[in-house]
Amino acid sequence: MASNNRPLSPHIQIYKPQLTTFMSITHRATGIVLAVGTVMLVCWLIAAATGENAFNNVQTFLGSIIGKLLLLGWSYALFYHMCNGLRHLFWDAGRGFEIETAYTTGRLVIGVSILLTIGAWLWGYNAMAAI
Amino acid sequence: MSLRSPLGKVRGLGSAKEGVAHWWAQRMTAVALVPLLIWFVASICAMADAEYNAVRDWIATPMVSIMLVLMTVAVFHHAQLGLQVVLEDYVHTEWRKIASIAIVKFTAIGLAVATIFSIVKIALG
Ligand code: HEM
Repeated sequence: MASNNRPLSPHIQIYKPQLTTFMSITHRATGIVLAVGTVMLVCWLIAAATGENAFNNVQTFLGSIIGKLLLLGWSYALFYHMCNGLRHLFWDAGRGFEIETAYTTGRLVIGVSILLTIGAWLWGYNAMAAI
Repeated sequence: MSLRSPLGKVRGLGSAKEGVAHWWAQRMTAVALVPLLIWFVASICAMADAEYNAVRDWIATPMVSIMLVLMTVAVFHHAQLGLQVVLEDYVHTEWRKIASIAIVKFTAIGLAVATIFSIVKIALG
């Protein structure tokens, strides 16, 4: 088959790990993590539609250590995927391809997603204290 | 140089100009999700630890029910399109690829319907 002599780009084993490669696979990983996380969201809404007992059970689980760790992971995954998704949309519009720019926006995405996660949790704990 | 293989040419395989619809839907749902998810996360933060009745009253507000249904459609459409690409990249046995993509699509539709039903049930009391 003629397809055997098509040009290949360097494969993963001989490609130097870089911030950009790491961020690319993280976008995919967070997308998968978020897709799995929708199951929790669906459980929460079904429980709210079912009755007070079901809802309280879900809330208790989400308030436990495991529940909070899951929520922390999902909130960071969401903020990362959202910020990096916007970075993707700029690329799709043909902007931001210069090496320098790709690194700057990459660092920006990591910084902003961490800040948004911290901000969301501070807000949540403040709201709880206010009740 | 043509990148099409002789077999591909004989079978008439190649661009059916369909890929762009998938690609475009992934971008459009992404654009829609930015405001929807910022709104949702902000609302959840503001209501952290809220009681059953407070949460139901919030969901039942017409504007909120509408936003939640829109978010549900966008989230599951986007997730399903994205997971399809991931499976196409990594699953190389044809029947496994088709089966896993079908499972993803059925699951997404099932979860979306369950979510929308729950929202509507709460909204209509
Ligand atoms: C906040 C809004 C979001 C934005 C702006 C966004 C943006 C994007 C973009 C631009 C892509 C394409 C990436 C590429 O071409 O490689 C993508 C892929 C994907 N997204 Fe999202 N997304 C968002 C939310 C979500 C959510 C909530 C989920 C899951 C429920 C999700 C799951 C996925 C998956 C599974 C992929 C495929 C990953 C891949 O092909 O590597 N996204 N997203």
